[in-house]
Amino acid sequence: MADEALYEFLHSELVGYVTEKSAKENKKDDLSALEYMGFSSGYRIIERLTKERPRFNDELDTVKFICTDLWSTIYKKQIDNLRTNHQGVYVLHDCAFRFLSKLSSGRQYLESAPKYVAFTCGLIRGALANLGIKCLVTAEVQNMPGCKFHIQVQRS
Amino acid sequence: MAVCIAVIGKENSPKYVACLHSENELQFHYKVHTALDVVEEKLSLAGKSNCDVRELYLGLLHSTEEHKIFGYVTNTKIKFIVIVEAANTTLRDNEVRTMFRRLHAAYTDVVCNPFYIPGDHIVSKKFENVVKSIMSGNS
Repeated sequence: MADEALYEFLHSELVGYVTEKSAKENKKDDLSALEYMGFSSGYRIIERLTKERPRFNDELDTVKFICTDLWSTIYKKQIDNLRTNHQGVYVLHDCAFRFLSKLSSGRQYLESAPKYVAFTCGLIRGALANLGIKCLVTAEVQNMPGCKFHIQVQRS
Repeated sequence: MAVCIAVIGKENSPKYVACLHSENELQFHYKVHTALDVVEEKLSLAGKSNCDVRELYLGLLHSTEEHKIFGYVTNTKIKFIVIVEAANTTLRDNEVRTMFRRLHAAYTDVVCNPFYIPGDHIVSKKFENVVKSIMSGNS
């Protein structure tokens, strides 16, 4: 239990630090630093998580791994719903995203939600990048503790 | 036990090559280079028939008169190549697997080091020590 709390504290400090820094440099709402931190964490952690795992069959198999193993390692739960159009778009729906579940669930803090999902967007992007899938990850928050991550795979 | 251990990156660039006898280093570079073709072939085969080839360990890639070359590819497309002397007939498959497993564990530690930039050449004392102990055969 203790390590979960540590991760949450560290993350909220990170959000605070980055927003304060970008406000100072007159770049309000610039979350790219946060996204990049997520990217490099995801890139590294996936190396460790896939160590004992047999090779992936295909792209869907890889995304499923993100939904189950990566998510339960980092957020202690799995993604609640995964949808795909089988053409490179995946939607990961988490009904109670951990970083948002501590905020009040009304509409009051809806506008500060992007700050709390930017790191995770980067995390997914980094993990997939190291597994050889280049993609764009965006997040969508409609009602508060829930969050949808859209993964758009870029094929060359 | 092993005479040469190499780590090859995603785009087939060498990240780390260590040999027991440094005077033959160039020769080993050639051997590792040739082995990469076999690795590629095995990986593309694995995509078609997904029976038991999903294992990370690829087994014996090829053998010459004096050496045997083994390969291993991680999920993140990093290749490990280990060359052992063919004269060493007591070597079992399991021992080779253990070597790769230790190498992989050491490599993940390097990648998780925040000061290491992924894709760079590996410069790490800890990693080097693991490689040395694998080469000398105390596992």
